[in-house]
Amino acid sequence: MPVDIPKDKWPGEVRTVTLGAAAANGGTRGSVVAVGGEKALPFMHFETDTPHRPALAMEIMDRLPEDWSPLLLEFWGDTAKDPAVWAKAAEDAGADLIQLQLSQTGADGNPTTPDAAVAAVKSVLAATGLPLIIFGPGQADVDNELLVPVAEATKGERVVLGLCEDKNYRTIVAAALANDHLVTARTAMDVNLAKQLNILISDMGLPLERVLMDPTTGALGYGIEYGFSVMERLRLAALQGDAMTQLPMIVTVGYETWKTKESKVGQDVPGEWGNWLERAINWETMTAMTLVESGADIVVLRHPESMKRVRAAIDELMTVPE
Amino acid sequence: MALSGIQIYKLLPQTNCKDCGFPTCLAFAMKLAAKQAELSACPHVSDEAQTQLAASARPPVRLVTLKANGNEVKAGNETVLFRHEKTFYHKPGLFARVRDDASDIGTTIAAADAYAVNYVGMDLTLDGFAVESTVDAAAFEAAIGAVRSASQRPLILISRDPAVMEAGLKALDGEAPLIYGADADNWQAMAGLAKQYGAALAVIADSLDGLAELAEQIAKTGVENLVLHPATESLSKGLALCTQIRRLALKKNFQPLGYPILAFPGHEDAGIESVRATQAITKYAGFIVLDHYAPEYVYPLLVLRENIYTDPQKPIQVQPGVYEINDPKPESPVMVTTNFSITYFSVANEVEGSGLPAWLLVTDAEGMSVLTAWAAGKFDAERIAKSVKQFELPDKVSKKVIVLPGHVAVLSGELEEELPDWEVRVGPREAVDIPSFMKQAL
Ligand code: B12
Ligand code: SF4
Repeated sequence: MPVDIPKDKWPGEVRTVTLGAAAANGGTRGSVVAVGGEKALPFMHFETDTPHRPALAMEIMDRLPEDWSPLLLEFWGDTAKDPAVWAKAAEDAGADLIQLQLSQTGADGNPTTPDAAVAAVKSVLAATGLPLIIFGPGQADVDNELLVPVAEATKGERVVLGLCEDKNYRTIVAAALANDHLVTARTAMDVNLAKQLNILISDMGLPLERVLMDPTTGALGYGIEYGFSVMERLRLAALQGDAMTQLPMIVTVGYETWKTKESKVGQDVPGEWGNWLERAINWETMTAMTLVESGADIVVLRHPESMKRVRAAIDELMTVPE
Repeated sequence: MALSGIQIYKLLPQTNCKDCGFPTCLAFAMKLAAKQAELSACPHVSDEAQTQLAASARPPVRLVTLKANGNEVKAGNETVLFRHEKTFYHKPGLFARVRDDASDIGTTIAAADAYAVNYVGMDLTLDGFAVESTVDAAAFEAAIGAVRSASQRPLILISRDPAVMEAGLKALDGEAPLIYGADADNWQAMAGLAKQYGAALAVIADSLDGLAELAEQIAKTGVENLVLHPATESLSKGLALCTQIRRLALKKNFQPLGYPILAFPGHEDAGIESVRATQAITKYAGFIVLDHYAPEYVYPLLVLRENIYTDPQKPIQVQPGVYEINDPKPESPVMVTTNFSITYFSVANEVEGSGLPAWLLVTDAEGMSVLTAWAAGKFDAERIAKSVKQFELPDKVSKKVIVLPGHVAVLSGELEEELPDWEVRVGPREAVDIPSFMKQAL
């Protein structure tokens, strides 16, 4: 019985955003990564082509993180003591992108200095040819103090600077504008908040081709359903033609999942939770996969095994069925 | 498509005889349209009208129920493509697969059957088992017997050979299992078995055309409880087929594909299987057969299923109030949190795990997490102070120490003003750190 395949035709499409710049474009990256460009819901190959695959970023830090799950610290071991070595290892583990998280304080307990931040970023750029996403420690004034010199020191590399939030986007956007970088805009799981922030950023003159949006997610078991649905709604709005939602979406899955008790704690937990490492990896891969299904364009992860599994799934999802 | 009251009225006898219990045919028609009455209440309706009304009353995705020994698993009756449009209703059933050549089936199944994990106060379990024939009818029957001796949950029987399937069905008395399945070659015999034994029947084809054709043919033989299996190994093809099936059912009311979907995410690598099962849960499967069911794989899948199938309009909440943990005394501390279930259980479990007594004050934050409620103005010093009084804590405690969640440390000054005779302390940010905090600092 021949069945009429129901195809959606959308008036809108997501912008394509390119991360990183190679030598020809004023940077030093060995590879650049383009994301976005969707003209349909994720992987609906029977409607239109999917121009770019979701990219996977590995999260590293400028210094050995104290509060990361023991499983991650055990896996990365001494590698995590030097961001350059760590970045290279992340590249070898198959990452498309590196997300470098700057810490609030140095190993000596004193606040991270702009010089130290710039040195860490430069060493990572030298160690890997991958495009870079750089997040400040997450406190408005500290972020500004560190990200501005970092932006200047990496002019032309098209790194992504984060996080722009409603209370703290001006300085970061200005730094991106002045130094040919990109930004990522984070809002709290709400379509209208995301639109508003994108409007504010574009009003400052930064072309939307240089903006990613992070609608925020929760981990599996801790609010993932909100992340899943807000991303579906944002993507539907984009396809329906709402310009201020037509940006690729980035989600920090590793950060969210590795702080859950399931991933962080191996002792004195219910026996029904099963093997700790496998459980923690599943927490990360299943959160990632759920969000890939709802439209994530960049997924930031922390464990290479998760990256391997999610990559295998994306490979399959990108294969156009005959 | 659902008919309006007037459309239904036109199909009724229009004699206003009142036998249905309503004063007029029109009144009865209105109740039917609102799904507050059953057509069977009118004894005079013509056969033709009955067929038309039955077709219109049929939900776009048929509800299929598998039954065994008082246990049920339902799939179908879904009404939306995206959960934010309304909600997803019937959580996909998770079935663990055993093959009839496996050794120790009884032990394996007993363990999987007993598995229950607590998530926000609910005990989550697998829903049933899938038994697959790989040898012959006798082995199949024996395996089903072994499963039945270890579990009373609903079953999926897997064999394409009608003779083997019949041996399996005979071993299950008075149950409604799902049989897998009917393909282009065996469908007549399988449909006959489904009818004879009251089983639901899985329809297997690797294209929409093939599925629709087969499902329609089988439906014509009077088998109503069908389940579709778009047979493909590929995640992208599977996603496309499942999406197309759901769209056709909901948007076009296309009945040949208006059934729940069966998925086999199984993979030799258990970690890859979990990722594939994630797609099945998020994108439209109604029954899911797993090959790996060690706790570290089942637990996250059960949680994901719970999350995706919660009603987006109503966060899962607990009752506000004072919860007594580990037998608190007047000198025990008061810990404050919100009434979002996930928040409450994260905290309550840790306080309990510390072994130390405490009063857990759960404020009415409209079911929001600590930071969400704080940002929304539903969790502030004034509200906390109000609940302290409302739940009569001053009468219960003598020491008056109150601990705030670390994420809302900013509230401590205001809370001191609101509760002048209390000592306000700031706890850790994450619940995991509560036991060590209680041991060291309280
Ligand atoms: C899911 C979510 C939502 C859901 C709501 C879910 C719900 N029912 O609460 C939705 C999408 C509706 C939502 C809405 C909003 N959200 Co919201 N949301 C989240 C998200 C992603 C997860 C929250 C969560 O469920 N956490 C899990 C629970 C278990 O955490 P918890 O309650 O804090 O409990 C932990 C600890 O606090 C601790 N703890 C709890 N109690 C106690 C007690 C003691 C004594 C101790 C020691 C410890 C302790 O233990 C728990 C486990 O560790 C977070 C970001 C994130 N990834 O965390 C943002 C977040 C909380 N939301 C935020 C905001 C701003 C909002 C909105 C105001 C946005 C808006 N303007 O619309 C709205 C407000 C709601 C409204 N107006 O109706 C912000 C808050 C910013 C801030 N720092 O103030 C956050 C942090 C996102 C962000 N980065 O911007 N949100
Ligand atoms: S029983 Fe049938 S015919 Fe009689 S009033 Fe009711 S609907 Fe009309």
